[in-house]
Amino acid sequence: MSYRFDFLALLPYWREFALGVWLTLQLSAVATVLGFALGTLCAIGRADGSPWVRAVIATYVEVIRNTPLLVQIFLVYFGIATLGIHLSANFAAVAALVVNVGAYTCEIVRAGIESIHKAQLEAAECLGLSRVQTYWHVILRPAIERVYPALTSQYVLLMLASSITSQISAEELTAVANRIQSDTFRSFETYIVVGVLYLALSMVVRLGFMGFGLVAFVRRRKLGTPL
Amino acid sequence: MSAVVSLTNVHKRFGAVKVLNGVSFEVGRGEVAAVIGQSGSGKSTALRCINALERIEEGTIEVCGHAVHDPKLDRRALRRDVGIVFQSYNLFPHLTAEQNIMLAPMCVKSLSKADARTLAQDVLARVGLAEKADHYPEQLSGGQQQRVAIARSLAMQPKLMLFDEVTSALDPQLTGEVLKVMEDLARGGMTMILVTHEMSFARKVATKVVYMHRGTVWETGPGAMLDDPQTPELRKFVGGEM
Ligand SMILES: Nc1ncnc2c1ncn2[C@@H]1O[C@H](COP(=O)(O)OP(=O)(O)OP(=O)(O)O)[C@@H](O)[C@H]1O
Ligand SMILES: [Mg+2]
Repeated sequence: MSYRFDFLALLPYWREFALGVWLTLQLSAVATVLGFALGTLCAIGRADGSPWVRAVIATYVEVIRNTPLLVQIFLVYFGIATLGIHLSANFAAVAALVVNVGAYTCEIVRAGIESIHKAQLEAAECLGLSRVQTYWHVILRPAIERVYPALTSQYVLLMLASSITSQISAEELTAVANRIQSDTFRSFETYIVVGVLYLALSMVVRLGFMGFGLVAFVRRRKLGTPL
Repeated sequence: MSAVVSLTNVHKRFGAVKVLNGVSFEVGRGEVAAVIGQSGSGKSTALRCINALERIEEGTIEVCGHAVHDPKLDRRALRRDVGIVFQSYNLFPHLTAEQNIMLAPMCVKSLSKADARTLAQDVLARVGLAEKADHYPEQLSGGQQQRVAIARSLAMQPKLMLFDEVTSALDPQLTGEVLKVMEDLARGGMTMILVTHEMSFARKVATKVVYMHRGTVWETGPGAMLDDPQTPELRKFVGGEM
């Protein structure tokens, strides 16, 4: 059994690959920012909301964490289409990824919030800080610093999982690769290249998170100790 | 209306446990009241009730003109007038000493960052820590952290300061530096209520001693009362502490 690799056949497609990388980065970045916002709000709601709010959020989190991402994507894309609302594949992809990663973010951030000692909240209360101010300055900042490694992994995973949205023909790296391999019949080479590109993307995402962490967590940068 | 704090017949229970059983006492402007008593006698609970950290079932608490017992109490307004320092410092670990102090003036009084920093430097100097402004809590000793916590409260310019066994977690040398700060405050005319096990400090600084026993004020009087206890319980307590 001998297979002759021919990576040169892919050379004319470098622009498509580059575009795929860019689209995947964009898709992941938007889903990361929105998913973080959604997840954090849910974490606050779960920690501090009325029993009703808590129950709704808990159900959302459990449903998402116990069903496949692909099914969630199909549900968003086809399910909403049957309601007569037409979503572009890209919009549906972002929406599904946000809903998905929001649930995981909720659990991670909640663990962070629960790690903040009650005495800290009491100190903030006694200083006269409002609830919003307390959440922002005293709870979320240290909470997120504590769970930052877990968040980073989750968003790397999100970037990799975004490849699944090629199933509804969203524009991203894997969809681009599918097209190239059907053009060139060089499937093996194409997916090797794509694999390497995803590896590089993971590095980029990790580096991005590291850089943001250095800017956001000043104490950590100066002292190097965990909070 | 000369009393800054007045408790009248305050009752408080935690579930089935009756912790405050009709507590009454007053603290006037500029007075330093030392609350003493055995462990579990309700000292911390009384202090927490004064700052509306606990709800009471019965009785009234007036603090700087706020009706603390009133369910409609504006807690944030109360907290503008009252500072509290806990045994465990409770500094915010992700902020420097200066940032710990600046937070509330900026959030609550809308001070500009520059003004808040000037204020922080001022109060840090008052507790003898001017050069530690950029240190994080974990870089400070227990005594220094406690002084930062006191400075953080002072920055809000409270009319009343509450201290709950603020030196209990410190070794004797660090205790001294914190007590000195409190003594300076007392001399500066601050109205203070301090729960303490430091009898010599109470004797020296307190203008009033409140001895709590089983959830009530068992005996109260001037600092000299510690040298001449009227009740056997206080006599035993003072004897045991020395
Ligand atoms: N949150 C709470 N829930 C239930 N019981 C409590 C609570 N806080 C205090 N208690 C109980 O109330 C009683 C009085 O407690 P408190 O902390 O006021 O005593 P204290 O005089 O400050 O004692 P110490 O000198 O040990 O600090 C104790 O029996 C304690 O177990
Ligand atoms: Mg106590």
